[in-house]
Amino acid sequence: MIDMTVVELSRWQFAATAMYHFIFVPLTLGLSFLMAIMESVYVMTGRDIWRKATLFWGTLFGVNFAMGVATGIVMEFQFGMNWSYYSHYVGDVFGAPLAIEGLMAFFLEATFVGLFFFGWDRMTKVGHLTVTWLTALGANLSALWILVANGWMQNPVGSKFNPDTMRMEVTDFMAVIFNPVAQAKFVHTVSAGYVAGAVFIFAISCLFLLSGKHVELAKRSMVVAASFGLASALSVVVLGDESGYVATEHQQMKIAAMEAMYHTEPAPAALTLFAIPGDKPGEPAFQVQLPWLLGIITTRSIDRDLPGITELTEHAAIRIQSGMIAYTALQEIRADGTNMAARATFDEHWADLGYGLLLKKYRDDVDNATGEEIALAALDTVPDVWPLFWSFRLMVGIGFFFIAFFAVWFYRASKGWLGTNRTMLWIGVAVLPLPWLAIEGGWFIAEYGRQPWVVEGVLPTFYAASSLNFWDLVISLTFFVALYTVLLIIMVMLMVKIIKAGPQDKLFSALDEGDDNDFVIAALPATPANKDLVS
Amino acid sequence: MSTLPLDYETLRLIWWALLGILLIGFAVMGGRDLGVGALLPFVARTDAERRVVINVIGPTWEGNQVWLVLGGGAIFAAFPPLYAVSFSGFYLAMIVILLALILRPVGFKFRNKITDPRWRSTWDWALFVGGFVPALIFGVAVGNVLLGAPFHLDDTLRSFYTGNFFQLLMPFALVGGLVSLGMIVTQGAAVIAGRTDGAIAERARTFGTWAALATIVLFALGGLWVTFFMQGYAITSVVDPNGAINPLGKTVELVQGGWVSNYGLYPWMIAAPVLGFLGLVGAVLGLQGRAGVPTLVASSIAIFGIIATAGLSLFPFLLPSSTVPNASLTLWDASSSHLTLFIMLLATLVFLPIVLAYTAFVFRVMRGPVTTQSLNKNPNAY
Repeated sequence: MIDMTVVELSRWQFAATAMYHFIFVPLTLGLSFLMAIMESVYVMTGRDIWRKATLFWGTLFGVNFAMGVATGIVMEFQFGMNWSYYSHYVGDVFGAPLAIEGLMAFFLEATFVGLFFFGWDRMTKVGHLTVTWLTALGANLSALWILVANGWMQNPVGSKFNPDTMRMEVTDFMAVIFNPVAQAKFVHTVSAGYVAGAVFIFAISCLFLLSGKHVELAKRSMVVAASFGLASALSVVVLGDESGYVATEHQQMKIAAMEAMYHTEPAPAALTLFAIPGDKPGEPAFQVQLPWLLGIITTRSIDRDLPGITELTEHAAIRIQSGMIAYTALQEIRADGTNMAARATFDEHWADLGYGLLLKKYRDDVDNATGEEIALAALDTVPDVWPLFWSFRLMVGIGFFFIAFFAVWFYRASKGWLGTNRTMLWIGVAVLPLPWLAIEGGWFIAEYGRQPWVVEGVLPTFYAASSLNFWDLVISLTFFVALYTVLLIIMVMLMVKIIKAGPQDKLFSALDEGDDNDFVIAALPATPANKDLVS
Repeated sequence: MSTLPLDYETLRLIWWALLGILLIGFAVMGGRDLGVGALLPFVARTDAERRVVINVIGPTWEGNQVWLVLGGGAIFAAFPPLYAVSFSGFYLAMIVILLALILRPVGFKFRNKITDPRWRSTWDWALFVGGFVPALIFGVAVGNVLLGAPFHLDDTLRSFYTGNFFQLLMPFALVGGLVSLGMIVTQGAAVIAGRTDGAIAERARTFGTWAALATIVLFALGGLWVTFFMQGYAITSVVDPNGAINPLGKTVELVQGGWVSNYGLYPWMIAAPVLGFLGLVGAVLGLQGRAGVPTLVASSIAIFGIIATAGLSLFPFLLPSSTVPNASLTLWDASSSHLTLFIMLLATLVFLPIVLAYTAFVFRVMRGPVTTQSLNKNPNAY
C-alpha cells in the first residue's frame, strides 16, 4: 500500500516550493513589461529620466529575477523526484509542453536578460530596447507553456490511456495546446502578474513622493503603473479563468465548493456573496446571494443548471463503479494482451479508470471494493469547501479593489493630483502585499480545489507520488524551506536597501569612460509636455 | 501512427542522440560557469579580481543554465520512465545538486549589493559550492548509471529504489565524479584564461593544466576499469525497436566487459574516447601556449568525447538495474509514444537553431576582455 505520510509530505513540499516560486514569477511578468514600456518611452522621447527609471526598476527586477531562477529550477525537477508515478503515467503528454517551454521561452528570457543588464553600452538604443522586449516576451511565453501543462491537469484533453504502456498518451497535441482551460488560465495568470508589477512600482513611487525624493521619476512611474495597472486589473477580473470551470465534471465540483453550493442550482444560478457555515455539514446557516450572476459567469448562458456537491458526489459513485470495470479489464489485458473481449470492455470504460484508482486508498484489489468503500471514495472527490470558498472571495475581492484603486489613480493622474494627498499615498504603499495574497489564493483554489486529483479524473494525487521514505522528505522539505526563507529575507533586505539608495544618477556609456564622477541629471524643466507631471 | 513520416525506431534513435546533444550542450555551455564557479576562490584572491572573474560569465550564465533545464525537460518529454526512475531514485543526490544550484543566481546577483568583505566572501564560497558540487555529482551519477542502479518496477510500472545515498559513493562512481569535475574545471579555466589577463589568467592556466592532466589519467583509469574489472549489461532477448514500451518484457544479463562490446560491433565509436583524450591534450597545449578560443574549443571537444563515450558504451541502455536487470531501461522501452517523439522533434528542429543563433549573437555582443576598468563603467556589473 502507498505510504500516506510520504504523500502528504510530498504535497507539502510541492505546495511550498511552488508558492515560494510564485512570489517572484508575477513580479517578473509584470516588471519586465513595465520596463519595456518605460524604455520605449525613453527611445521615443530621448528623455534620460525614462532610462533612469528603466534602470532603477530593472535593478529591483534583477534581484527578484534571481530568486525566480533559484526557485524555478526545483520546479522542473521535482515532478520526477517526488511524483515519479505521475511522471511515468502522464509524461507522454505533460513533458512536451515543459520541454517546449525550455526551448521556446526560457532560452529567450534567460539569454536576453543578461544582455538587458550588460548590454546598455554595447548596443544601439533600439537594439537594447529590442532586448528588453524579448526578455519580457520570453517570460510571458514561459507562462503560456506552463499553463498549457497545468491546464491539461485540470482538463485532460487530447489524450487516451494505453493499456499496453500503462500510461496516458497524446492523441491530439493541438487539443492540448488549445485547451480552453489553459488559454483562460494563461490570460488570467499573466494579467495578475501585470497587476503585481504595477502595484509594486506604484507603491514604491508613493513612498518616494511621501519622502519627497525622486519626485519626477516617481510621478512618471505612477502614471505608467496606473494606466497599465487599470488595464491589467480589468483583464484579470473580466477574463478570469472561471469560463473554463464548466468544461469538466471536477471543475464543476471545484466551482460548487468555491460557492459552497451543496445542491444543484437551477439555471441561472445565483452567486453567493457571503455565507456562514451551518451546524449541519453541507448546509450554510446564512447566505447572501446575487441572482443569476454565477450562472452567467460560469456557463455564459442563462439556461444551464449548475450541479451541486451532493449531485456531483452521487455521480462520482457511478463513475467509480465504471472505473472498477475498467480496472478489471486492464488487469486482464496486462495478463494476456490478446484478450480482445477485455480490450473492448476497457475501451468502453477507460475514461473512468481514474475513478477506479480512487479506491486504491482503501484496498489494493480495486475490483473487490465494497459498497462502503465506493461511497468513501466518492466522498473523497469533494474538496474542502470552506478554504476554497473564502480564498475565492479574497481573490475576487482584491481583484475588484484594484480596478477601483487604479481607476481612481488614473483619474488623479489625469488631473495632476499625484502627490497632493498624503493619505492616498499611504494607501498606495499599504496595498503592496494584496496582489500576492490574491495570486497565491488563486493558485490555492486551482490546485487544492482539484484534489483529490493530480490530473482531473485521470490520476489521484496519492497514487502519483514517488516511493520515497519519510526521511527523504523530511530532509528535502526542511532544507528547501530553510534556504528559501533565508534567501527571501535577504532579497527583501536588499530591495529595501536599493529603494533607500534610490535611482542612481550615474549614467554609463562609452562617453564617460574612466570617469567615476556621477553625471547628475538636471531636474527636468517644467516644459508644457511634462507640466502635468509636475504638480 | 503509421501516417508519421518517420518510423518509431528512427525517432527513438534520434531522441537518444538529441538527449546526448542536450546534455553535452549543458556540459559545454553550463560547464563554463560551473567550472568558473569551482575555480573562483582560487584563481582570484582579492575582491577586485573576483569581480573580474564573476563578470566574465555574468552576462551569459543564465542562458547557459537553460541547457540543464531543457535537458531535464527533454528527458521528461522523450523518456518519461527514465525521468521518473532516475530523478526519484537519486533523490538525495538531486536535492544536493538543487541546493547547490539555487546558490548561483542569488550569488551572482546579491554579492555586489553590499561591500562588506565577509558578505562578499560568503557569496564567493556559495558560488564555489554552486559550481563544484553539481560538477562532481553529475559525474558520480553517470558512474552509478554505468554500475547499474538498485531499482525495480512493479507490474503497473511504478518504480521502487532500494539503495541509499551513501551507496552512490562507490569507488568507480567517484572516479566518474572526478572525471566530470576535471573536465568542467578545465572548461572554466579555458574561459577565464581567454577573457582575463595578468595574475588571474596565469593562475587559471596552472589550475586548468593540472585539471586537464588529471582528467586524462582518470578517464583512462575509468576506461581500464570498465574494460577489465567491471560487468556491463547486455540484452539477451529479441527486442522490437518499433514496439510499444514495455521495460519488463526483455531479459538482461551481466557480462564481463559488457560496456566495451559496442566498440567491437561499431568500431567508429572509438572516435568518442579518442576525441576525449585529444581534446584534453589540446586544452593543455592551448593553456600553455596562451591560445584563447582554440583552448576553449579543445576543452569543449574533450567534454563532447567524454560524455559521448559514456552514452555509446551504455547503448542501448539508458539506466540499467543492478538488482533486477530485466527491468533496466533502454531507449527502446523507456521512450514516449511515437506521436510525442515526432512532435518534440518538430519543435526542436524549429526552435533549437533559433536558440543557437541568438545565443551566438549575445556572446558576440559581450565578447572581449573583462578588466576592472571595464566593470566600473557598468553599474549593473556583478
